[in-house]
Amino acid sequence: MTIAVTKVRVEDKLYQNRYLVDSGRPHIIVRPHDKPSANLLALTYVCPAKCYELNDKGQVEITADGCMECGTCRILCEKGGDIEWNYPRGGFGVLFKFG
Amino acid sequence: MIEQFDAIVVGAGMSGNAAAYTLASKGLKVLQLERGEYPGSKNVQGAIMYANMLEKIIPDFRDDAPLERHLVEQRLWVMDDTSHTGIHYRSDDFNEAKPNRYTIIRAQFDKWFSRKVREAGATVLCETTATELVRDGNGKVIGVRTDRAGGVVFANVVVLAEGVSGLLGTRAGLREMPKPETVALAVKEMHFLPEEVIGQRFGVKGDEGCVIEAVGTISRSMAGLGFLYTNKESISLGIGCLVSDFAATMESPSALLDAMKNHPSIRPLIAGSEVKEYAAHLIPEGGYRAIPQLFGDGWVIVGDAAQLNNAIHREGSNLAMTSGRVAAEAIVKVKSRNGPMTKANLALYKTMLDDSFVIKDLKKYKDMPALLHTNSSNFFDSYPRLMSHAAQNFMRVDGTPKIEKEKNTTAAFINARSRWGLVSDAVRLALAWR
Repeated sequence: MTIAVTKVRVEDKLYQNRYLVDSGRPHIIVRPHDKPSANLLALTYVCPAKCYELNDKGQVEITADGCMECGTCRILCEKGGDIEWNYPRGGFGVLFKFG
Repeated sequence: MIEQFDAIVVGAGMSGNAAAYTLASKGLKVLQLERGEYPGSKNVQGAIMYANMLEKIIPDFRDDAPLERHLVEQRLWVMDDTSHTGIHYRSDDFNEAKPNRYTIIRAQFDKWFSRKVREAGATVLCETTATELVRDGNGKVIGVRTDRAGGVVFANVVVLAEGVSGLLGTRAGLREMPKPETVALAVKEMHFLPEEVIGQRFGVKGDEGCVIEAVGTISRSMAGLGFLYTNKESISLGIGCLVSDFAATMESPSALLDAMKNHPSIRPLIAGSEVKEYAAHLIPEGGYRAIPQLFGDGWVIVGDAAQLNNAIHREGSNLAMTSGRVAAEAIVKVKSRNGPMTKANLALYKTMLDDSFVIKDLKKYKDMPALLHTNSSNFFDSYPRLMSHAAQNFMRVDGTPKIEKEKNTTAAFINARSRWGLVSDAVRLALAWR
């Protein structure tokens, strides 16, 4: 038996959250590449905030505004050099109301 | 600002607050750095808080700590697509004057804990991201660089309570980055419902609470765990799986959570709720074998940053609090005999922690992560399905003679895993559990 799943868009979930976005200073940067590595490509599915997306050239881009700072992308992609990862500046980023 | 502290604590989560509180209440000059707007704003947990470990730090915490419900019932579920098989334990003995376990909401709890830290005399600096450890010519850690202008602060010892993906320890090479197979990614939603509705749905009254923890097809063959914790007026509902499994399967964590919410055993429990937050966090799962070097010249590591998490018992914050307290007590001891904060002297922290439940428990289960993380589909998919099949076969009355039903169940297990596979899984599990 299959279960009907009500799909909630991740964007709508993030809408519930509180953020202080550090405009113009993203805390994660994807290094320029022609073809994404397997782990970098995986982030387009695995990032819980769906910050990573494929552009029409098949490259992975990031919009870090909705980032929940979990660190999954850092674990998967920092070592291989796919991304440059930092925490947001003090006070910026996600502000959990409940956590 | 050139100011020398006895100790700098990086992070205001459970381990950092425990360390800062203990150090400050023994009269040390303590600076605590927190990158969030307020302590708790970056912290995510299920969350269950174990009273015993907090009592050892703040004995009368029940007077004013924001606690949600004390737990009287725990349900462990093994789920397939349409069912759950459960072991439930509920006891009125848990309705005691000083209850053993509470659900908490971290953002609120951490604000309270931080107030205690400040009252004990520590300086807590929020909205400050620590970016780098400062070391002297011999490699001894002597301070922390922050993202504030001119923001270098100095101390005799730095307590790294920076959480599972903390930057300082890994950047300075004091510990390795956690590997994808030693951390789980958990996603969680806060579902709000009236207090009395939660009481009715879970059969609890007043401040009584209930938790459900579930394994099975909800994790889609990945090594993972779902959970549902009752707070006063909300339900914390989430699921976590190993990052390595997420990367291999390319499952979407948010879709996984949505599917779990739609499971026929879970859907009625949260029906009509209002979701007010969606959070994600990493949980250290590597166990004993993933614990890094815990101390060195001018530094100690505590809590999640040290991978101190008991994944089998889903205990983390109590190990964090205890390691923070023990590290602080070791530092106080070294200082009281006028010793420098050298690697040799700070080894006392490790000695004291080895003697506590923290390391003893992790050692007991040192082989469990490897067992559950290899061929995870057996434990998280095949066995849950078989268990449901067996239970339904046992309960459904359809005129089949019982002896045939039993044969049918046995055959299902053997077909799925072979006799050798079943024996080997059982033996491996028993050995790892010992």
